[in-house]
Amino acid sequence: MSKLAGKQIIVEALKREGVDVIFGYPGGAIIDIYDTLYQQTDVKHVLVRHEQGAAHAADGYARSTGKVGVCLATSGPGATNTVTGIATANMDSIPMVVLTGQVPTALIGNDAFQEVDIVGITRPCTKHNYLVKDVNHLPRVLKEAFYIARSGRPGPVLVDIPKDVQNAKTEFEYPDEITLRSYEPTADPHIKQVEKACRLLEQSKRPVLYVGGGAIAAGAHNELLELAKLTNIPVTMTLMGLSAFPGTHPQSLGMLGMHGSYCANMSIANADVIIAVGARFDDRVTGKVDSFAPMAKIIHMDVDPTSIQKNVKVDIPIVGDCRKALAKMLKFLKDTGISGDIWKAQHNAWWEQLTAWEKRHPLSYKYDPNIIKPQYVIERLYEMTKGKAIITTEVGQNQMWTAQFYKFDQPRSLLSSGGLGTMGYGLPAAIGAQMAFPDRLVVDVAGDGSIQMNIQELATAMEQKLPIKIIILNNQFLGMVRQWQELFYEKRYSATDFQMTPDFIKIAEAYGAKGMRATKPDEVDKTLKEGLEHPGLTIMEFIIAREEGVFPMVPAGKATTEMLLV
Amino acid sequence: MKHTLSVLVENSPGALARIAGLFSARGFNIESLCVGATLDPTLSHLTLVTTGDDAIIEQILKQLNRLVDVYKVVDVSEGEFVEREMVLIKVKAEAETRAEVLRMCDIFRCKVVDVSPKTYTIEVTGPESKIKAVVNLLAPIGIKEMACTGTIAIQREKKNP
Repeated sequence: MSKLAGKQIIVEALKREGVDVIFGYPGGAIIDIYDTLYQQTDVKHVLVRHEQGAAHAADGYARSTGKVGVCLATSGPGATNTVTGIATANMDSIPMVVLTGQVPTALIGNDAFQEVDIVGITRPCTKHNYLVKDVNHLPRVLKEAFYIARSGRPGPVLVDIPKDVQNAKTEFEYPDEITLRSYEPTADPHIKQVEKACRLLEQSKRPVLYVGGGAIAAGAHNELLELAKLTNIPVTMTLMGLSAFPGTHPQSLGMLGMHGSYCANMSIANADVIIAVGARFDDRVTGKVDSFAPMAKIIHMDVDPTSIQKNVKVDIPIVGDCRKALAKMLKFLKDTGISGDIWKAQHNAWWEQLTAWEKRHPLSYKYDPNIIKPQYVIERLYEMTKGKAIITTEVGQNQMWTAQFYKFDQPRSLLSSGGLGTMGYGLPAAIGAQMAFPDRLVVDVAGDGSIQMNIQELATAMEQKLPIKIIILNNQFLGMVRQWQELFYEKRYSATDFQMTPDFIKIAEAYGAKGMRATKPDEVDKTLKEGLEHPGLTIMEFIIAREEGVFPMVPAGKATTEMLLV
Repeated sequence: MKHTLSVLVENSPGALARIAGLFSARGFNIESLCVGATLDPTLSHLTLVTTGDDAIIEQILKQLNRLVDVYKVVDVSEGEFVEREMVLIKVKAEAETRAEVLRMCDIFRCKVVDVSPKTYTIEVTGPESKIKAVVNLLAPIGIKEMACTGTIAIQREKKNP
C-alpha cells in the first residue's frame, strides 16, 4: 500500500465519494490542497469570488442534485465567510461537506495569523464537525463526514484540517462502509404507526397533506403523488416543500403559511386530519400555534424525531424516511381495498368547500397597464419556461412572489433559503445548479437589494461561462421590510428606501454579460423572451411598482386564518 | 419538574461543548453537570440534572440523541435510581463552635478532612436533600468556602429479576 499525504487523501476521498465539482477559494492554510487539485482533472474546482458564494454554490449543487455539495476555504476569514452558507444549509437540511484549512497544529490556540476556531464557531450550525489533528484519522473522518452529511436528516459537516496534517503522510485506506455506534440515522417507519395513521385517514372527512422539504430530501414525490391521487386528499406545501408535489395538479392548494394561499390556510384551519410529511411546523407556517389546526388530529412523518412534538402536539408520530413511510401507507391503503371512488365520495363535501375558498380568494394581484407588477413577471416567466426551469431565489418579496406564482412541477426545481432566509443566496446557488445541469435553464429571481449581497459571483458565473438568467425585480426598496413598515410601523420607512441603486445594465456589461431593462408591462414579454433565449448570462431588470406588497399575509404571531388579503 | 439524565458520549474533543451548547442554544436549563470516565476509555459518562415540563424533557432527550457524539441517553428519574453528590465545606470552628460542628458531622456521617486552628473542612456525601440540610445547619456557624461536585446517578437494578 502506498503512503499518501493528507492533501492527496482529501482529493482521493472526493473522487471515491463521486464528487465531480467543488467550489472554493484558496489561501495560505489550504494552498497544499489546491496544489494537489491542480495536478488532477477528475474533480473540477470552481473559483468563487467570496467564500460565502462557495458555500451557497455547494448548497445549490446539493439541492438541485440531491448529492453532497462540497466547498473549500482557507483558515480564518475564509472559514468564517462560509458560516452564513453553512447555517443556511443547516436550517434547510442540505447535505454539504465544508473543508477548511487550519494553521499548523503546533500553532493552534496561539492566535496565529489567520487562525480562528472554526470548529467552535460552526458547532451550533453544522450537523457535525471535526478538527483533524492526526493524518491517520483523515480517511475515516472524511468517510464519516460524507456519510453523516447525506444520511438521516441531511446537513452540513465541516472538516477543519491543519496545514501540517495536509502534508503528513500515512497509509491510505478508504473505508467502503461505515457504521457509527453513536449515530443511527434511519429508523424504519413502524408499521403499527402506519396502520394507525391509515385507520385515522379512513375515518377522515376533511384531510390535508402538509408537505415540507423532507419529502424532497427523501425523494418521496412519486409515493406522495400516488397517495394523494388514490385518496383524493388535497396537498399544501411549505416553501421548502414546493416542487415535491406538482404545482399544476388540481389537488395542489399551493403554499401555506404567512404568505400562503387563502385556500391552503383555510384548509389547515378546518381540517380534521393533517398528514405532515417531512415538515417541521415552523412559525412561518403555523402562525399563532394555539390556533393552528384546532380541529385536526395530526399524523407526522419525519426522519428526525426532534421535529416531532417540537412545536405542536402530534397524535400519530411516524419516525422514519418519508418515502418509506408513504410507501407503507400506500400499500396498506391499497390492501384495504377502498376504491378511488369511495375516497372521492368521502371527500366530496370537503372539495366543494375547498373550491369555494379558492373561488372566494384566489391568489391574485391587480394588473396595471402602466406599471409592471412583479407577480406578472413571475407569471410570464412561468408560462414561457413552462415550469421546467430550475429557479433560485433571493430572500424577501422576490422569493414569496416566486413561491406564489411559479408552479413547480419537478422535484428539486426551486432552490431557496427557507429556514435561515439568507439574502444573497440565489446567485451563487444558481451557479451550483448550473454546474450540475449545464443544459437546463437556471433562473435566479432576485430583488434589487439581495442581488447586491453576492453580486461579485457574476465573475464566477462568467468565468465558468454559465448561461444563468437573473431577473431583478427592482422596486428600489428592501421590499419585505418596507411592507412590514407599511403595515405595522405606520409607513416609517426606516433604512429600507434605497437612495442609490446601481445601473444593473452597466453592471452586466462590466462583467461581459447581457443587461436588459423593462419599465412598462408591454415590455415584459419581449425582455423575458430575449433574455431567456440569449445564449449567455443575462440580467433582466424589471422596474416594478414600488410599493407592491405580498398578499395574502398573516401578520407575525396571528392565527393563519387572520389573513390580510389583496 | 426535575429530571436526572445519564448520558454516555464518545470521549472525543468537543463532545461536552456540543452538549453544553445544545442546552444554551435552545434555552434548556442545566442545574448540574458531572462528567467522568467509564470502563470503556472511548466513552465518557455524564450526569445532567435539568428541569422542564414533559414536552421540554422530551425535546431534551431527542436533541441529545440527535448529537452524533451521543451514544445513549437515559432519564434515570423515570424509574428507581440512586443519586449522590459530594461537597467539601470549610466551616468556621472556633472555641465555642468546634464541638458543635463535630457533633453535626457525626449526625450526618460527614468526614473531617482538614483541620486548622479556626476551621474544619468536612466532606459530605449524599443526595441533594442531605447536602442542603447540612449546609443549612452549618450556615449560621459560618461557612467560609465550599466546593460541590454536582449530582451523579445510576439506575437501581430490578430486585426481582
